[in-house]
Amino acid sequence: MRRSKAKALWRGLFTTGGEIGRGTYLAISASVFLVLLAIWWAVTSAGLVPPLFLPAPGAIWGKLAGLASDGTLWGDVEVSVYRVVAGFVIASAMAVPIGVLIGTSRFWEAALEPLADFIRYMPVVAFLPLTILWAGTTDLQKFLIIWIGTFFQQVLMVMDNVKRVPPDFIGLGRTLGLSELKLQMKIVIPSALPGIWDTLRITFGWAWTWLVVAELVAADSGLGYRITVSQRYFETDVTIGYILVLGVLGLLCDQMMKALERVLFPYAKRRG
Amino acid sequence: MAPKLEIKSVNKSFKRMQALSDVSLTLRENEFVSLVGVSGCGKSTLLSIVAGLLDYDEGDILVDGAPMTGPGLDRGVVFQSYTLLPWLTARQNIEFALKAAGHKGAECRRIADEHLALVRLAKFADSYPHELSGGMKQRVAIARALSYRPKVLLMDEPFGALDAMTRHEMQTLLTRVWEQHKLTVLFVTHDVEEAVYLSDRIVAMTVGPGRIKTEFKVDLPRPRTQEIISTPEFMAVQKRVLATIREDLVPDEA
Repeated sequence: MRRSKAKALWRGLFTTGGEIGRGTYLAISASVFLVLLAIWWAVTSAGLVPPLFLPAPGAIWGKLAGLASDGTLWGDVEVSVYRVVAGFVIASAMAVPIGVLIGTSRFWEAALEPLADFIRYMPVVAFLPLTILWAGTTDLQKFLIIWIGTFFQQVLMVMDNVKRVPPDFIGLGRTLGLSELKLQMKIVIPSALPGIWDTLRITFGWAWTWLVVAELVAADSGLGYRITVSQRYFETDVTIGYILVLGVLGLLCDQMMKALERVLFPYAKRRG
Repeated sequence: MAPKLEIKSVNKSFKRMQALSDVSLTLRENEFVSLVGVSGCGKSTLLSIVAGLLDYDEGDILVDGAPMTGPGLDRGVVFQSYTLLPWLTARQNIEFALKAAGHKGAECRRIADEHLALVRLAKFADSYPHELSGGMKQRVAIARALSYRPKVLLMDEPFGALDAMTRHEMQTLLTRVWEQHKLTVLFVTHDVEEAVYLSDRIVAMTVGPGRIKTEFKVDLPRPRTQEIISTPEFMAVQKRVLATIREDLVPDEA
């Protein structure tokens, strides 16, 4: 019996392991954004919430457009992007080799894994006063906060990526007589790389969070700083506008890294 | 002629469980020997030990008369899980092994292409593993293991994950390659028909602790084709091997 089109679509949408086209997928995602926007617009234009608490979408758009045209928004974005990228690159450049080391050698695992586990449970925000004491409100202090917030997690996640390298791949390398170093460089790292890339993509999102936290508390520039200032003057439109900008920036970065992943690791098939 | 592979009184324990007890086995040059037995009899453990991937407690292993000290290029291993490196094409996977064995660039490519042709995958040289079927992947893995001419080929249930049709195809291919190249092969399988079809000799192992129970010589003519499976001679050998293994099954399974 041939299944009707409607039934096939239903199965694709709602049964476990169902498949739908990319167009359908994007349409559903976009609709959710639009529905939320419509509700927001309806609630504010009906006057159900005072603008001080929730300004209308149009008002926020107008405010952001103004800040964009006088350069304030771009200046804030530039400063924040610089800080998050620098902090994240420092953390990742340290975390990847150390994670690989811990993932492959039991000595380094015993030496560093419990330590990293211990530190990662210390709340990053608790380090804020200390980092200000050490580094003032400089960019260095922002890097420190981003580093504390991402490095230790990254180390453990990269270790996990490395431990997931199939044991038979390592067996293959050994039967081919590869030295320990070659085994790492030619088999372990290439094999773990798609997973490590995923770890970086996920932790980059966290780096954003820690940057904004640092900027909210102590800074004289950046997106987080602008949010603090706007709150001081009850400019709720700026506050919400900047929060949305942060969301958009995060989404863009994430999509960029996902697109790069498809280029770099075409063989690593991702579900969905 | 000196034996290619000698396993002398090997013992191996995992924690308190004895996996192998006093296992001795000798493979002559160009001999195809299969290890069969119920799961847990230690046949895969023995293969890993011979490959140098697993330590053992007592005994000696000699390859071509020289003591084995670890994994190495003198023994090629084909794993059940294909183990093609997913970021390399079929050809590059073979070249990877050849480079490890010390061959130079242009030579690598020539030998790799020869071996892809040998397993009838010349057209798929530039395909990535995820574009190949299970049988094709395993053919590339066999080509890779043959390419650098190890003295002994060790195969750990290489066709275990394939469907019946593909498995027969692979067995035919392996027999053909073996008959052309004259290799010394130690082959682990739980499929008795496969063992009889491929082997010169079948070694049945038993459990608790894992040890060698009986050996069967397979005196069937070569070259062998799939038709041989339905001959009375073939079935007679198969029946004897099966009967030996069945003794180890608990009644419910038999």
